[in-house]
Amino acid sequence: MNAPALKEWPLWEVFVRSKQGLEHKHCGSLHASDSQHALQMARDVYTRRQEGVSIWVVQSSAIAASEPNDKSEFFEPASDKVYRHPTFYEIPEEVGHM
Amino acid sequence: MKAPVDYLLHLADNALILGQRNAEWCGHGPILEEDIALSNNSLDLIGQARLLYQHAAEQIGDGATEDTLAYFRDVPDFKNYTLCELPHMPLMSATAQGDRDFAMTIVRNFLYSSLMVLVWDQLQNSKDAQLAAIAAKSLKEVRYHLRHSRDWLVRMGDGTDVSHAKAQTALDQLLPYTQEFWTASPQESAALANGTGIDMAALQSHWNLIVDEALQEATLQRPAAGGFVPTGKQGVHSEHLGFVLAEMQSLARQHPGATW
Repeated sequence: MNAPALKEWPLWEVFVRSKQGLEHKHCGSLHASDSQHALQMARDVYTRRQEGVSIWVVQSSAIAASEPNDKSEFFEPASDKVYRHPTFYEIPEEVGHM
Repeated sequence: MKAPVDYLLHLADNALILGQRNAEWCGHGPILEEDIALSNNSLDLIGQARLLYQHAAEQIGDGATEDTLAYFRDVPDFKNYTLCELPHMPLMSATAQGDRDFAMTIVRNFLYSSLMVLVWDQLQNSKDAQLAAIAAKSLKEVRYHLRHSRDWLVRMGDGTDVSHAKAQTALDQLLPYTQEFWTASPQESAALANGTGIDMAALQSHWNLIVDEALQEATLQRPAAGGFVPTGKQGVHSEHLGFVLAEMQSLARQHPGATW
């Protein structure tokens, strides 16, 4: 009982894998006192309709995010480079869905 | 081989009444996530009760259904532990109102889940195959209930002075009610005798281990044993069960046979 009480619980981002072989997808966030607490809450909030087989939680403050203000220099230069999409190739039928 | 009807009702009533109690937090949880967690817990328990009532109703026949068993029996017919029917607040007379105390909820769920992980585990070997199947399903659910309630118990006990005091008060009030776990009722003896039930007294030392280990981690003191042994499973209840049933059964009794 020596540690000071947490007045505010930190924010956690929740990632759920819907089935084996698929990636974990971000599905939301919640406040919790530590990682185990966050995992249990994520289980109760985000997997109650059989959404998942695995959960990751990561404290939101540990995520480095791009700034909305950087949008013009980060993302807009790609907008006129359509040749980066593989849409100029004929995909052989045998390949099927890509 | 079938388990005695009264034994199935005892197991079902425990789940239904505690499920109904935990559902009282729906929309009133201390935080949104916990509101959902307690509703999940309730739905697990009510789901267990349904399976057990359906199994009992088949044996009773004569028009009995899960609904008639849940909604059209009265206090002396219910065979749940008194522990399950107590309000979520420090004990007071049944008509008094107080704020729900989350510590009471957590301590009760911890004491009950610690028992039911052992009960359902053993009932998987019941000679009543349907009961054994219900046990296997319920065991998974109650393992999470234990994890959830134990986690909060340790956080509250080993938390702030206020949370510690609330958890200790809840423990002091609720632990004496667990004495009812170990005294065999006629239905438990009958189930044990025909191989469909289990010897509850034999679970006590294991239950003590689970409880004491958690209490130590939570820095909580176990109150001295002794005192009145409740008799809910024999149909002699506290004054609180009638109020639970009044709320739970009123809709079904005003609109018999109503469906969604």
